[in-house]
Amino acid sequence: MSWIDIGHIEDIPERGARLVKTRAGCVAVFRTGPEEIFAASNICPHKGGPLVEGIVHGQSVTCPLHNWVFDLNTGQAKGEDGRIATYPVRIERGRILLDATRLEARAA
Amino acid sequence: MKLVAGQHGHVPYDKLVIATGSAPFILPVPGKDLPGVITYRDLDDTNAMIEAAEKGGKAVVIGGGLLGLEGAAGLAERGMDVTVLHLMGHLMERQLDPAAGYLLRRDLEARGITIKTQAATKAILGEDRAEAVLLESGETLEADLVVMSAGIRPETRLATDAGLEVARGIEVNAQMQTSDPGIHALGECVEFDGNLFGLVAPLYDQAKVLAKTLAGEADAFVARDTATKLKVTGCDLFSAGDFAEGEGREDIVLRDPGRGIYKRLVIEDDRLVGAVMYGDTADGNWFHGLIKDGTEIDEMRETLIFGPNFQGEGAADPLSAVAALPPDAEICGCNGVCKSTIVEAIEGGATNPGAVKAQTKASASCGTCTGLVEQLLQATLGDAFEAPAAQPICGCTDLSHEDVRRLIKSRELKSQPAVWQELGWKTPNGCHVCRPAVNFYLLADWPVEYQDDPQSRFVNERKHANIQKDGTFSVVPRMWGGITNPDELRAIADAAEKYDVPTVKVTGGQRIDLLGVKGEDLPAIWADLNRAGLVSGHAYSKGLRTVKTCVGTDHCRFGTQDSTGLGIKLEKTLWGAWTPHKVKLGVSGCPRNCAEATCKDIGIVCVDSGYQIGIGGAAGMDVKETERLIDVATEQDTIDATVAVVQLYRENARYLDRIYKWIAKFGLDWVRTRIEDPEERARLVAAFELSQSIYRKDPWAEHARERADSYAPLADLTLEAAE
Repeated sequence: MSWIDIGHIEDIPERGARLVKTRAGCVAVFRTGPEEIFAASNICPHKGGPLVEGIVHGQSVTCPLHNWVFDLNTGQAKGEDGRIATYPVRIERGRILLDATRLEARAA
Repeated sequence: MKLVAGQHGHVPYDKLVIATGSAPFILPVPGKDLPGVITYRDLDDTNAMIEAAEKGGKAVVIGGGLLGLEGAAGLAERGMDVTVLHLMGHLMERQLDPAAGYLLRRDLEARGITIKTQAATKAILGEDRAEAVLLESGETLEADLVVMSAGIRPETRLATDAGLEVARGIEVNAQMQTSDPGIHALGECVEFDGNLFGLVAPLYDQAKVLAKTLAGEADAFVARDTATKLKVTGCDLFSAGDFAEGEGREDIVLRDPGRGIYKRLVIEDDRLVGAVMYGDTADGNWFHGLIKDGTEIDEMRETLIFGPNFQGEGAADPLSAVAALPPDAEICGCNGVCKSTIVEAIEGGATNPGAVKAQTKASASCGTCTGLVEQLLQATLGDAFEAPAAQPICGCTDLSHEDVRRLIKSRELKSQPAVWQELGWKTPNGCHVCRPAVNFYLLADWPVEYQDDPQSRFVNERKHANIQKDGTFSVVPRMWGGITNPDELRAIADAAEKYDVPTVKVTGGQRIDLLGVKGEDLPAIWADLNRAGLVSGHAYSKGLRTVKTCVGTDHCRFGTQDSTGLGIKLEKTLWGAWTPHKVKLGVSGCPRNCAEATCKDIGIVCVDSGYQIGIGGAAGMDVKETERLIDVATEQDTIDATVAVVQLYRENARYLDRIYKWIAKFGLDWVRTRIEDPEERARLVAAFELSQSIYRKDPWAEHARERADSYAPLADLTLEAAE
């Protein structure tokens, strides 16, 4: 594991998301509740829509382009054949820590 | 000779039918005749209650029976502060046992209705009109409206005067014949076998028997027992048969406190004799059938309370419950329509709920069986059946847009969590379908109390730019009335160069679109445009888009009024307002209509005598010409009427209905009546101004100033990795 501090939890609005640029592409970090976050690929596998701009609800996000809905626990699209990569992320004393192991591995 | 003496002379008869009905029971207390005390029986009473509720205030409903509670719930939903007084120990004691009465009370209290049981009314107090209700206990309750709903009393005066036998009602035999063989009676005025009748189903049976009797055919009325449902949204209760405790009677009870469900079956001699259900009444008709038919239930006793789905091999399919009903099962209790009648009608070509209603009368009265009728349609027609309109907003709720709008107003729900909680959302915080709608309804109804939630907005409205298919955005500055100048054009040209805008396009709304701007550049390009005085054109919002104008009297030799100036004034008044869907305006200076005003949501055509305002035009998925709303003489009247229409639309339309769809549902006359009424128009203008005191501002300037950070990535790990 290689945890990287990417920001404070309050930098992301509740039921919102922010983008993290990595060498392996853009990762969207979603805040689904006061103390609940998820990280996943920003790119919708359908037509490449930016998921960071989607409406966040429950533990899901809806793609802004054509309303595909992704479960952030698994990355699976609901009712569609497609999934997005998900990444380990956690909160420690208000800071958001993203595990960059796989992101770096992909870049290497 | 037999004669009826009437106001206008005598009429001879061979057979006479008395159908004098019943009168509401008025409590013999002081103050019962004061204005503000009404009964709840007919349409006039209902309209009186609706009118009283418009003024708000406190209402006291005397009588916690079926009708009283429906009235109380209606008044509460219309915003009154309602107290129900009930003489007995629990609500609807004739239909419910104490446990179900408790659940009902809890649900009604949860929607703000105060319930007082064992409460006897002593007097209604007030000088010129009802002001309060005094209880035997000495307690006084303030009341602007008192509704008496303490039961009915058969109207028997005529029968008594005629010397007929009268007990509580006019006594009749099974042929609906009174003690005088030439005189019949039916309805709420009669007593048969010791029973009085208050529900509609047995009265239809009586009418059928009487018709046959009068035609010389044999028939006999049987007092069937009737099932009861309460027509209050969210209070699902059902009762049928006799559920008093007694020797030789056994109960089967199911309780699920978490879901507020209670079911009790009463069994005597291996037969079901009574059923009370609260919270989940889907199987009510099946139980009612078992009671009426006296079916032996010995074999299915263990699973009886779980309903028909659990008998035999049946799968737990919602349609199997209705499919399992026997042909003579009653579907519509009001009009006594059984399953086979409906199925025959469907097979005969009545393939939608409206046609079934028209042909069989099923669901034509109270409407609670509408769902069952739809299930029968589905079970009979299979895939050929299309469910009708009143759809829930989305999977998060069973409520329709209309229900939610109404409940937000009546129950004063002022936050999204309040809506989710109070209206029983099935998801923790909605979804991409309901959240934008609920967010709009809240900010339209409570502009001051509710704060717009960007996280409930589609990306375009959250980022104040239109997302394009490659994830870039388009930026459209406002050009008031389509008028611009060299400074603005220079600023737009500079911005297009500075931010590498690949496409610059002139729009149909008389302004310029910069397409292909990167999301993180948005705050900077806005700040640049702001410096030249350019603000957001809201080309992305469900709100005011553009006011298209022609040059009017300024330059045109045909122009009758200053259409450009009026367009600019309208745009400056309306901009920034959120609406159910986008709103485009056009103002043409003469009937040649160069601004194409007659296919806009609101279109104004100037004429020599003034201004013609039309609404409901469209030139998108549907193409519609505006319909004339009103003609006015002055520019100020034009602005007021336009603002009033926009506000009326904001207050009433369903989210994502353009104005033309809204008027198709509400009717142009409904809109016009309100716009023509000076008081209502002034109220609408004031309400719009209040909302605009918050929303008439440039979101670009605000975001560039305060939120620019949120447009940038949270972190850039490509840089860190490089270090």
